[in-house]
Amino acid sequence: MVASPPPSIRPDSPELADQAGEWRSAYVHIPFCARICPYCDFAVVEGRQDLVDRYVSALVSEISMSVDWDTLDAVFIGGGTPSQVAPMLIGEILESLNDKFGLVDGVEVSMEANPEDITARSSRGYRAAGVNRLSMGVQSFDDVVLTALGRQHTGGQALRAIEDARSVFERLSIDLMYGDPTETEASWDRTLDSALAAGADHISAYSLTVELGTPLSRAVAAGAPAPDDDVQADRWERAAERLSERLIRYEVSNYATDAPCKYNLATWAQGEYVAFGLGAHGHRNGIRTRNLRRLDRYIETVEAGQRPIAGETVGSGWDRELERLMLGLRRTAGVVAGAAGQKLLEDHPEFVDAGIIEQREGRIVVVKPLLTDTVIREVLAVPPQE
Amino acid sequence: MSEYIRNLSIIAHIDHGKSTLADRLMEHTGAVTEREMREQLLDTMDLERERGITIKAQSVRLSHEYQGHDYQINLIDTPGHVDFSYEVSRSLAACDGAVLLVDAAQGAQAQTLANAYLAIEAGLEIVPVINKIDLPSADPAAASAEIAAILGGDPEDVLAVSAKTGQGISELLDRIIERIPKPSGDLDAPLRALVFDSYFDTYRGVVCSIRVVDGRIRKGEQVLFMATGDKHAANELAVSTPRILPVDQLNAGEVGLLITGVKHIDQIRVGDTVTLVSRPASEPLEGYDEPKPMVFSGLFPSDGDDFERLREALEKLQLNDASLIWEPETSRALGFGFRVGFLGLLHMEIVRERLEREYNLDLVSTAPSVAYRVTLTDDSVIEIRSPQDLPHLTSVAQLEEPYVRAMILSPSEYIGTIMDLVQSRRGAMHHMQYLTPDRVELIYELPLAEVVFDFFDHLKSRTRGYASLDYEPTGYRVSDLVKVDILLAGLPVDAFSTITHRAKAVQYGKGMVETLRELIPRQMFDVPIQAAIGGNIISRETVKARRKDVLAKCYGGDISRKRKLLEKQKEGKKRMKMVGAVEVPQEAFVAALRVDTSDR
Ligand SMILES: Nc1nc2c(ncn2[C@@H]2O[C@H](COP(=O)(O)OP(=O)(O)OP(=O)(O)O)[C@@H](O)[C@H]2O)c(=O)[nH]1
Ligand SMILES: C[S@@+](CC[C@H](N)C(=O)[O-])C[C@H]1O[C@@H](n2cnc3c(N)ncnc32)[C@H](O)[C@@H]1O
Ligand code: SF4
Ligand SMILES: [Mg+2]
Repeated sequence: MVASPPPSIRPDSPELADQAGEWRSAYVHIPFCARICPYCDFAVVEGRQDLVDRYVSALVSEISMSVDWDTLDAVFIGGGTPSQVAPMLIGEILESLNDKFGLVDGVEVSMEANPEDITARSSRGYRAAGVNRLSMGVQSFDDVVLTALGRQHTGGQALRAIEDARSVFERLSIDLMYGDPTETEASWDRTLDSALAAGADHISAYSLTVELGTPLSRAVAAGAPAPDDDVQADRWERAAERLSERLIRYEVSNYATDAPCKYNLATWAQGEYVAFGLGAHGHRNGIRTRNLRRLDRYIETVEAGQRPIAGETVGSGWDRELERLMLGLRRTAGVVAGAAGQKLLEDHPEFVDAGIIEQREGRIVVVKPLLTDTVIREVLAVPPQE
Repeated sequence: MSEYIRNLSIIAHIDHGKSTLADRLMEHTGAVTEREMREQLLDTMDLERERGITIKAQSVRLSHEYQGHDYQINLIDTPGHVDFSYEVSRSLAACDGAVLLVDAAQGAQAQTLANAYLAIEAGLEIVPVINKIDLPSADPAAASAEIAAILGGDPEDVLAVSAKTGQGISELLDRIIERIPKPSGDLDAPLRALVFDSYFDTYRGVVCSIRVVDGRIRKGEQVLFMATGDKHAANELAVSTPRILPVDQLNAGEVGLLITGVKHIDQIRVGDTVTLVSRPASEPLEGYDEPKPMVFSGLFPSDGDDFERLREALEKLQLNDASLIWEPETSRALGFGFRVGFLGLLHMEIVRERLEREYNLDLVSTAPSVAYRVTLTDDSVIEIRSPQDLPHLTSVAQLEEPYVRAMILSPSEYIGTIMDLVQSRRGAMHHMQYLTPDRVELIYELPLAEVVFDFFDHLKSRTRGYASLDYEPTGYRVSDLVKVDILLAGLPVDAFSTITHRAKAVQYGKGMVETLRELIPRQMFDVPIQAAIGGNIISRETVKARRKDVLAKCYGGDISRKRKLLEKQKEGKKRMKMVGAVEVPQEAFVAALRVDTSDR
């Protein structure tokens, strides 16, 4: 099985955290899903598989229309459900990225997949297409919870898919989601057990969030039980405790044995990335761009030879400084304090007093990750310093 | 000339159709064209239109031809809610008669009686009218019988109208001319005009509504305000038709507007008498009794820098609301503000909203309280309008609380449940009288503090909306009162303390602590909330420290979205008040209103 990580490259090391800001990444969005889950508010479409070919062609055109850049250190194909797109088409996308930017040796290519799509055969296909890290949306191994979440797979299917994927992918990540009202403490424990036993080298454990405008949020507004903050806090603590048996937490919700997800680490380090596809968000030269979020408009725009940009945000120097802290504070490694961080420490001694943050060698580290946003809210209000 | 003038108010219980009747009268006399007409035209304030009630009395001049003569009718539409009965009595002082209106479907209600008595006391001729006879549920015979019983007249004499369809309006106009006496003043005597209302106009300065009782006033003349001793020129004279029409003079018997160019608000007092500098009257007219505020509440600007603006706003608003009184107040929790007196909770709500809207202020108000009378051990007597002013108990010899005489009109089937309610509110029955076989008038003595807050809501729900209530203060009585303090994180919060009867203190303390526990958001640390009497803790709850405050994900690469969300949440926190280290939302300061101390 996987060995303990050597201390030099711990996923939560400050050196790695800061170095990640230098990496260049690409994010590619695949919006297609077999069924839209009631809690999901990503840019997704259901029952439009007829458009997959056209969409992938559009992606390829969008990539070719992009401004030039250097070779990429990481690629993340996210969704939606990328595993709804055939390996051959994923290969075309990666090829066009390679043509346009080039991919460094040892480039990390992650792809999200849903368990019901993954077999040994499809795994081999994606691997051959260039994917070298698979991120599987398991959410839970408990069928009661999976049904409540509106997922299309069972716990058993997830186990088989993981096994199949593991026979092909050396690097495999599992997404889990806790805090659905049907989930019990025992159920979460069993899910954690299974996830640990499955031998993934990376686990993301997210608290189920009621996002505005989703069917889940409407159900809650109409009186359905909502996830409870205190229960979710318990679950987070349980996950942190159990997963530490084999992995290291390097961000609020992310755990890795040795190698973290490069693309994610780069975003938290305020790194740059190009982004393609429906509703995708990019970040280059201090400008954050966002793509069109309606599928037909996206495709038509690209087919008309235009870039599908819906808007962009240019932050002032100070805004970017606050953003750097906002992103960096989510990491176990914390963030270099800088002027804004110093000001935060001066104005809010209560955070240190309450044991929420600590100062370590010029860095600010949130030591109660469950209260990260309490700190970030104040960070964002730090007035500009000369 | 005054032979052809009639001055009257329309008075009634709330919603019985006064403003709608005024619409029809204006329409019928051609004061407004069809195109200009809209429902309750005289309810000009936004708040009046939103709530569908009249808050301010409004006067309008109409002309009506009767038996070949042109009559001038000065009509005042008054509010019906009990909190604004001061508006009614001021209006009546400018009139010689009143139309008493009763909803034919509802029959006589508490303010029908109360306002009828006001008019009788003022010596006015009353024209009884039943309204809404177009409603299928109208019972004109019963309603007429009730009015006749109240006024001691003949039911046959009650005129039936519909302010909706216009039925009976022209008969009513004739009836007004026939019944209401002409004004009695002396045109040749020195000028005496009563200031019965006023408002502040940004361009014109102070505008006074006056009723000329004796003599005449001409544009440009020097006038003397007899109570304040101020002298000004009558720069403009006008009448409201309801368009403002300038006139050159106003004669004895007439109602109009006087604009002196006064910008200093404290130079005008409603109830003052205006006379001429050149030929002053020797005696002023009888003014008004100062209104007696029933409840007091602290008003604080959310932003401490707005304190002076709040003072100015109160001064300007007072011109248009003569019942408003205030004094500065300091709170450890809320900073500098004012203790303001109100005639009731609706009045309190309206004043607060008017201050916020008309003067663009953001205010925090504290739980309302009645005024208590404290006899100290050295025999001196003080009145306290805020629980925080209660001296230490060792120096208090006796505490008294205000009582009211409450009149409840109700269908007789609800007598039992009303009795229960009054008993749970420390009330005692004074007497009971059947107005008609199925409508009863109940008179009780009750502590004001038990009546002003939620009594009416309970009365309504127990009687399915059929009972109505009116009350007037009767004086102070010794009472076993205690002060309940509320402590947040161990520190007493002045703005939360309350004075209450000992028998209700525990229930109140518990209720308040529970309410605050719901309203105060979780913080970085546990926040104990305690209620205490003297040094004894009577109730305790804890707002547990917040455990989870972090979003699961960063929305993929969508950084801006998460940032906006957090920034918005931070904005929301700015509207909290820091009490020590505890963040308290503004609505917590009126939380006491939600505490139910009646029997459940
Ligand atoms: N059917 C019917 N409805 C009426 C009549 N007169 C008034 N109303 C309705 O009764 C309601 C109250 O009318 P208002 O004229 O605002 O009553 P008000 O006495 O001025 O009320 P306050 O000023 O708040 O005391 C409104 O919805 C009117 O449309 C009537 O003759 N017939
Ligand atoms: C956008 S999904 C895409 C991957 C794949 N389609 C799936 O559903 O497994 C990525 C992950 O986000 C997480 N996620 C989606 N919606 C969420 C929500 N409302 N609250 C918390 N986590 C959520 C889930 O764990 C999911 O695996
Ligand atoms: S959670 Fe995954 S599968 Fe479900 S709708 Fe969202 S992207 Fe699609
Ligand atoms: Mg009205």
